[in-house]
Amino acid sequence: MKEYWRKITDKYGFPKVCITLFLLLLIALAFMMKQDVAAMFGDSLVRITMNGILVLAMVPSIVSGTGLNFGLSLGIITGLLAGCISIEMNMRGMAAFLWALVMSVPMSLIVGYGYGWLLNKVKGDEMTVGTYVGFSIVSLMSIGWMVIPFTSPEMVWAIGGTGLRSTITLTNRYAKVLDDFMAIPVLGTKIPTGALLFFALFCLLMWLFLRSKTGMAMMAAGDNPRFAAASGINVNRQRMIGTVLSTVLGGIGILVYAQSFGFLQLYQAPLMMPFAATAAILIGGATAKKATIAHVISGTILFQALLTISLPVINQLMPVGNLSEVIRIIVSNGVILYALTKVGGSH
Amino acid sequence: MQTQTSTKPRALAAPNALWQFVARHPVPLSFAVLCLLTVAAADLPLVFVLNELVTRLSRNLFLVLSLIIPVLAGMGLNFALVIGAMAGQIGLIAVKIWDIGGFSGFIIAVLFSTPFALLFGYLTGLTLNKTKGREMITSMILGFFANGLWQLVFLLFIGTIIPVNNPEIILKGGVGLKNALDLKFIQYAIDRMLHVNIMGIEIPIVTFAVIAVLCWATKFIVTTKIGQEFRSLGQDLHIAQVAGIQTDKVRIIAITISTVLAAWGQIIFLQNIGTLNTYASHEQVGMFAIAALLIGGATVVKATISDAIIGTVLFHTLFIASPQAGNNLFGDAQIGEFFRVFIAYGVIGMSLLLHAWHKYMEARKKTMQE
Amino acid sequence: MSTTNILEMRNIEKEYFGNRVLKGVTLTVKPGEIHAIVGENGAGKSTLMNILFGMPVIYSTGGIRGEVIFDGKSVDIRSPKTALDLGIGMVHQEFMLLPGFTITENIKLNREITRHNPVSKLLGSAKLQTLDIEKMRQDAKKALDSLGMTVDEWLPIAGLPVGYMQFVEIAREIDKENIKLLVFDEPTAVLTESEADTLLGVMKKLSARGIAILFITHRLDEVLAVADSITVLRDGEKVGWMTRDEATLEKIAEMMVGRKIERIKQVAKDVVEGGETALSIRNLRVTMPGEMVRNISLDIKKGEILGIGGLAGQGKIGIANGIMGLYPAQGDVFLGSKRLELNRPRQAIENKLAFVSEDRRGVGLLLDNSIETNIVMTAMQIRDMFLKPFLGIKGIKMADEKAIRTHALKMIKDLDIRCTGPEQLTRRLSGGNQQKVCIARALTLEPEILFVSEPTRGIDIGAKKLVLDLLVQLNRELNMTVVVTSSELGELRSICDRIAIVYEGELEAILSPAASDLDYGLAMAGKYRDRSREAG
Repeated sequence: MKEYWRKITDKYGFPKVCITLFLLLLIALAFMMKQDVAAMFGDSLVRITMNGILVLAMVPSIVSGTGLNFGLSLGIITGLLAGCISIEMNMRGMAAFLWALVMSVPMSLIVGYGYGWLLNKVKGDEMTVGTYVGFSIVSLMSIGWMVIPFTSPEMVWAIGGTGLRSTITLTNRYAKVLDDFMAIPVLGTKIPTGALLFFALFCLLMWLFLRSKTGMAMMAAGDNPRFAAASGINVNRQRMIGTVLSTVLGGIGILVYAQSFGFLQLYQAPLMMPFAATAAILIGGATAKKATIAHVISGTILFQALLTISLPVINQLMPVGNLSEVIRIIVSNGVILYALTKVGGSH
Repeated sequence: MQTQTSTKPRALAAPNALWQFVARHPVPLSFAVLCLLTVAAADLPLVFVLNELVTRLSRNLFLVLSLIIPVLAGMGLNFALVIGAMAGQIGLIAVKIWDIGGFSGFIIAVLFSTPFALLFGYLTGLTLNKTKGREMITSMILGFFANGLWQLVFLLFIGTIIPVNNPEIILKGGVGLKNALDLKFIQYAIDRMLHVNIMGIEIPIVTFAVIAVLCWATKFIVTTKIGQEFRSLGQDLHIAQVAGIQTDKVRIIAITISTVLAAWGQIIFLQNIGTLNTYASHEQVGMFAIAALLIGGATVVKATISDAIIGTVLFHTLFIASPQAGNNLFGDAQIGEFFRVFIAYGVIGMSLLLHAWHKYMEARKKTMQE
Repeated sequence: MSTTNILEMRNIEKEYFGNRVLKGVTLTVKPGEIHAIVGENGAGKSTLMNILFGMPVIYSTGGIRGEVIFDGKSVDIRSPKTALDLGIGMVHQEFMLLPGFTITENIKLNREITRHNPVSKLLGSAKLQTLDIEKMRQDAKKALDSLGMTVDEWLPIAGLPVGYMQFVEIAREIDKENIKLLVFDEPTAVLTESEADTLLGVMKKLSARGIAILFITHRLDEVLAVADSITVLRDGEKVGWMTRDEATLEKIAEMMVGRKIERIKQVAKDVVEGGETALSIRNLRVTMPGEMVRNISLDIKKGEILGIGGLAGQGKIGIANGIMGLYPAQGDVFLGSKRLELNRPRQAIENKLAFVSEDRRGVGLLLDNSIETNIVMTAMQIRDMFLKPFLGIKGIKMADEKAIRTHALKMIKDLDIRCTGPEQLTRRLSGGNQQKVCIARALTLEPEILFVSEPTRGIDIGAKKLVLDLLVQLNRELNMTVVVTSSELGELRSICDRIAIVYEGELEAILSPAASDLDYGLAMAGKYRDRSREAG
């Protein structure tokens, strides 16, 4: 038994096994309590597609060797900014969403380039520095949201207050444009086909990229920078590519998130988002040094299903406060902490 | 050689000395300028500013000072200060449940929190010993993680596993603590024990005496054997180990001291505030204390008592004045508030960045040199 | 009898993972004796010292056999602390000094003099006692004085000249009251000539005070200058012991190298005459920490196997690393008439040079990637091999998985890489198979000149022979020029056509594999040039 446990945890990673078992327990409980399990799965699916690309954004940064991207909030901010601009341009529906995507990319490229430059100066401490660069920019941008001269009445405070609202409703703009695209109703819930396809598309693109010449070079730079340098690969350049890609995906990811959620959340909202994405990929079995698409998919599924299902189940068991939120905090930080103790000596 | 060093500065004394002073303390000086500008823009009455400042110093300085020893021992900025603050809050919640007010309540809170702080400090130390070289990111995440556990305990275990029957502090369902606990019964327990009023500025003498004792204790510890061990670790972990110092143990001691001090510091902080935000009071303790220390001119590898004092003065001056300054300049106090949050994060980010950059360049220089 | 010896090590044996590195070494040291230990790398010197200091690496790998007798008592040294308590001190090769501390604080590190204060009395804690700086300074001063050092004891270490730091290290050791035996591990390596002379004087002074000294060095004239007796180790065995009166430079040199050659390549090609030059190196300087190349000029002939040998730290490793652009290099390297741009790994590889690094796990492998990825990575990035366009779009280059697999399988078969398949992670392979993957990667580049550093380091005996056979085969069948850098002279002499010996970053000699042990010994010890000059 013990031997078997060790083999399983060695193969899939300790967090993945534990979370899977916990999730199975929750699902069993949900069935026993006769809860609407189908709706739960539907909700889980929505949340998986909603968060998937943010989690995918961790892949290039881990693979290129800069570790977990705690500065993903930089990309998230450019995405939010693009989302606001598309509203300011008074666009609606799929067009608004797609334009927001298109506009986010050049902004992410610039921001990602700057961030990548910075990370190349602080090799070995990317995670610590990245966290606080992210925090700083989020709080600086909080001032930005107040002073950027947007005028759309849907975004600025109706009365009093300057600047943008802290949450901008997308109902009349591009809420659910992906989720509802070709949605299939099943058992009283619906499958968000569009969002699912969109997530799948990006996973496929990333998968292909990792098999391209550049992707392979990036992988080599991340696995062993000295090997890469000896093979004539420009390690700093590969790290830069990884960081920029991660930032771009962060921008796209938050727009996908926002269309599903129905709101753009500004100000301090992006502060802790990188941690959730990080936790998801780690649960999938990634480490601070190695990540694959499979880790992204399985991690997002496990983490989001856990959060979705734990809420009704735990609330029925113990009707107190927001225990699901507590579980999110404990699980996500616990998983990151575990990963940090496993990175291995930095010397 | 001796004569040279003594004659040279004297010849060029005046302009050079000033310049050297500026060059040596760029961070506190630029923040001092920023503070002056903000205070000027805020246009607040001086007595108000000073009064606020004294209150905030008495409230925060203890927490800032609790950061010094881990820096000395080479463990960087202790972002896990939050965990110590939680221990302190456990003490306060206990006296709230037992309903012991005033100074005796304060003392019992301190005594009750200490074993928790020791335990938490020990556990933090164990974790950080597993993540050498990445102490700061680890202690940061550890703080977030502990926050989750804290919520679990006080939202779920209180009233179920830990039986408490006190409708004043327990949520309606009988499980979990309320969001805000009134600490009026213990407010100013030491602040108002002995205080003087100088030209409208109220000075809590006992609180400052306690802080002075901590300053002395910190200074004292540096002159002792254990202090020397901290300093050795701070310079080079490997060499300290070769010299036979039990590095892991010393690191645990350093972080435990910091955690215990943070617990006491949080009690001092809350006895001044008078309300415990059960789920939020501790959250930003670490960040604000660290920002204050860094503004005073400390770095990831060097921190002194004067850094702590100067930094706390500067940081809290900004805190007092920036909302009003934001209002006067931009017509919105919110901007000033965001600005000070940005300053807190920004100064930490910048400090970490400079440290990491320096480390990276040193490492590169070393390989090039040999 | 045991009272006359301060240290006796009897029949010490040590195995690392089935690899016997010490085969029954016996060593005796008398109080006040300076006992030199000389030998090639891998002869067992450092293992012997690690045993003496109870380093964790010894006991985490299964401990030792044999007996250590210190000061008349049989002892079991299981931790460095035990060694310190017994009175064994060590002057480290790299300084163990805290730069921000003063000389005094360093000398007294973790042995500070303290006195009680009210707090420590109250709490009864020794750790809270105050440091007695004044007394510490007096002690430090005394220790420095006894070494004839006049430096102020309150100066910080940072900023002191290197030579001074060495003396602070020694002062720290002799400040220990119970010090009976002091180990000097290559102490003169970082010193200037005059500093080294002073150091030797200090060693004599210490021995006169009754402190026994174990002196590990490769500088044979220093050995002859101060040692009372000399032990020569080779391949984990004690091959000789002599007193200073019996010792001569030639005798030690010859013993160090010994005879242990079995030719794998039967006939050494006579390439020196006329042969075409494949690569010519002029005034090469390489900044590689610990393996500095100071000034090397050398011609590599087409179709030969050239060996580069020398003791560790002398710079032999730096040559290939410098040419391949892994460490900063200066000088001129010509491929025929074409000048090779240095410090550009890509340039080197594009010019048909390939390199199998001595640091297999650090530089040679992507440990978390598959065998096939490892084999093709460099060729893919630099030669654009194993690529195909994506859906017919020329601009997007994708890995051609079919071609990669075919090639990997061929390499696995040709080089006999033992694995579960081309997708296995290289981390899980044995040392020998990892080395073959590295060689496969180099061969995939279809090089004209192949540099191989330490081809057999850390692999078991069976695999060693296979790797060496492979190099000979490549040379013979593909007429590939091979440059082998190795710490194992025997290995070089068994496969090379010529062997260059490097000493202190310069070329000491180029010898034929059949040259005498004496020549090799002298060359390794940096005495060959002097001798030939005298002879000429």
